[in-house]
Amino acid sequence: MPTRLNEVDVVIVGLGWTGGILAKELSEAGMRVVALERGGMRATNPDFAIPLIRDELKYAVRNALMQNPARDTLTFRHSPSERALPMRQLGSFLPGEGLGGAGVHWNGVTWRWTGIDHALRSHYEQRYGKAFIPADMPVQDWPMTYAELEPYYDRFERTAGVSGKAGNLRGIKQPGGNFFEQSRDRDYPLPALEPSYSQMLFGEAAAQAGYHPFPRPCANASRAYTNPDGSRLGACVYCGHCERFGCEANAKGSPHITVIPKAMAQPTFELRTHSWVTKVMLDSSRKKATGVAYTDVSTGQEYEQPAAIVALCAYAINNVHLMLLSGIGAPYDSATQKGIVGRNYCYQPGGGGVTLFFEDKIFNPFMASGAFGMALDDFHASDQFDRGAMRAIGGATIAVGQSNGRPIGYRPVPPGTPRWGAEWKKATAKWYLRAMNIGVTASNMPNRYNAYDLDPTYKNVFGQPLLRLTYNFLENDRKVVGYVGQKAAEIARSLKPTSMTNSGTLGDYNIVPYQSTHNTGGAIMGTSPKDSAVNRYLQSWDVPNVFVVGASAFPHNSAYNPTGPVGALAYWTADAIKTKFRTHPGLIT
Amino acid sequence: MSDQPNRRDFLKTVGTVGASGLAAAVGADAPAEAQTPAAAKAAPAAAPVSHAYTFLTAPEAAFIEAAVDRMIPADDLTPGGTDCGVATFIDRQLAGAWGSGDRMYMQGPWDKGVPTQGYQSPLTPAEFFRAGIAATNAYCRKTLQKDFDRLASDQQIKVLQDMEQGRVTLDGVPAQEFFNLLLAATMQGFFADPVYGGNRDKAAWKMIGFPGVIAIYSEHIKTYRNKKYDVEPKSILDLS
Repeated sequence: MPTRLNEVDVVIVGLGWTGGILAKELSEAGMRVVALERGGMRATNPDFAIPLIRDELKYAVRNALMQNPARDTLTFRHSPSERALPMRQLGSFLPGEGLGGAGVHWNGVTWRWTGIDHALRSHYEQRYGKAFIPADMPVQDWPMTYAELEPYYDRFERTAGVSGKAGNLRGIKQPGGNFFEQSRDRDYPLPALEPSYSQMLFGEAAAQAGYHPFPRPCANASRAYTNPDGSRLGACVYCGHCERFGCEANAKGSPHITVIPKAMAQPTFELRTHSWVTKVMLDSSRKKATGVAYTDVSTGQEYEQPAAIVALCAYAINNVHLMLLSGIGAPYDSATQKGIVGRNYCYQPGGGGVTLFFEDKIFNPFMASGAFGMALDDFHASDQFDRGAMRAIGGATIAVGQSNGRPIGYRPVPPGTPRWGAEWKKATAKWYLRAMNIGVTASNMPNRYNAYDLDPTYKNVFGQPLLRLTYNFLENDRKVVGYVGQKAAEIARSLKPTSMTNSGTLGDYNIVPYQSTHNTGGAIMGTSPKDSAVNRYLQSWDVPNVFVVGASAFPHNSAYNPTGPVGALAYWTADAIKTKFRTHPGLIT
Repeated sequence: MSDQPNRRDFLKTVGTVGASGLAAAVGADAPAEAQTPAAAKAAPAAAPVSHAYTFLTAPEAAFIEAAVDRMIPADDLTPGGTDCGVATFIDRQLAGAWGSGDRMYMQGPWDKGVPTQGYQSPLTPAEFFRAGIAATNAYCRKTLQKDFDRLASDQQIKVLQDMEQGRVTLDGVPAQEFFNLLLAATMQGFFADPVYGGNRDKAAWKMIGFPGVIAIYSEHIKTYRNKKYDVEPKSILDLS
């Protein structure tokens, strides 16, 4: 029998960025908050201390900070006609586990999404006509404008210590920043990091070609910084162990050094680690959540935690899984296109990038920062970029980062080099220091078949059905990657490398090699329960005391990383709970 | 190096040996291997390479040593894979959590699926390696009348290339998948921190110019643009 605990005001499922922000904001407002984190405690010291944190095998290859698929994973198929099989080990994406979640091991790229992203369907219909959007591509506008969310983007940037350069301050273009960004009320809290040599070369070539390069905004602090909450960040030391690692310098904006300690200082907050939520409990009307059921995975003991508000703040994938397991909202069926929960799953097509090799240049790839980079938005945020010529919706950013030179994973060799043996060795020794990469990151539009549901066969350790993912790259993605990839290759050729790879083409989605942990959708936000699982405050239409916070709410994926709007939406939702729901429980209007 | 005395020859000579006898025996093997000209040139001045294995049986160890020496041949840049500790690394990984299927979803039912659905074998990585070695040896015996480690170097390279390119069908084991797993483990062993038993004397890091684990480049990011950063690499092992 599960042990029934005393009711609290809010139970938060998952304590990463979104859970941490809600935990801090709601507990500081005097609400009694319990956070349930299925992983363990973590602290910079000793968990991320040198030298042990610089272990590429443990953290980057064996994924020490990530979700353990032995307990729970998902199944995957490319289309409904294929048999879904379990993702038996992590690869393509890396959901986090433990205090701080993926906010500990992310790289730190922190965008505000574009005006086009916020009003996607309206924009394309107005500019290109209704027929430009394919019938099987259910794109829709966000339920709030960029301007409404602007103060919340700003708040997240301040919390996480984002380094960058404004391109548009209150409507006035700023040289050196992103020419195409939406108006910001103020600049980033920290100046951009020092660019790498590869970034400088790319920036010069891109400017020469008439594009608008700018330093990519990143939550890698360019100098020591104290955020508005009094949390202190150190300065990035360009160590090249960012993504998949915790930062020993506290220079990466992460919840375990910012919002979570602030919540933990509140007497109204309680954290329980190793607490795996299996279900949101509903009352007999199924329109009200009564709390959550969870298991302490260190003892096996089962509990029920009653709460007036349930906030799902797990990784985007797991939020959707919990909704389906709990029966919140109608499950989506791609055959009939009925139901809501599970639809609009999107990812992040890459593959259009090129690697350049120079006999006469040294790039020192190990002097690196997770997110710093030189980027251009001319084929994404720019409204001047004519999608009619590309015959596709969306776009892609082109960027030179320099995130690491860790040698198990990073060993560029010119095209045609064998993967092993004497010739491979010579090439690796010669080119390791002498290569740079120009990356292409594409947006991803929803498709009726790209969706989640519950798997009919496979179970997790609690005996619950695994989530089933149906996904593939589609024609629209191939056009975007192909088109922008050629632009990247043109810039690359202008740098006159000794040799370079071809811009790749997009085949079938492959769940094996790492691509990005940018899984979006499944519990999308909108203006009506007919086309969305949650409203503009990320509140379930069907069970209004459940809030579902994270990239699960995105109706499509931008050519940007998701964390900027994920953080902004968490603050936005926390405000809505404090100022609206708390006094008037029910659907916020 | 099929003409060099190897583990198998030794076992034939001494017959069955216990585990401790085997460890002592292969320790004695090392000087002979170090006498090969190329390896001698680049061999680190460190203690003799340990050839003590806990997971790999003697025939399996012979296979892995041969394979990693073909994938990472001794040359002016580094000693061969075995002398760099790569076989030791693989043995320890197979004996440890990863080999046992830690952090893998191991429940059935099983189906082959398509390669883009990822690993679908019911075997743990250690069991998969064991089956892959046995199946490759069976293939070599059938087509070339010898186990893999007894083939001439160029024959071994050809077998590995055929597996890599999917030109070989092994009994019960997907050849290309086994090859890819073997290659990945070999590269991990060559380039991981020496604390795991491979990358001895940081040979791989020295080869490419990776400075290792201290990695404080606050100033260097500016001062080493287009300039080589020459330092003695430091490993976890060095700092522990």
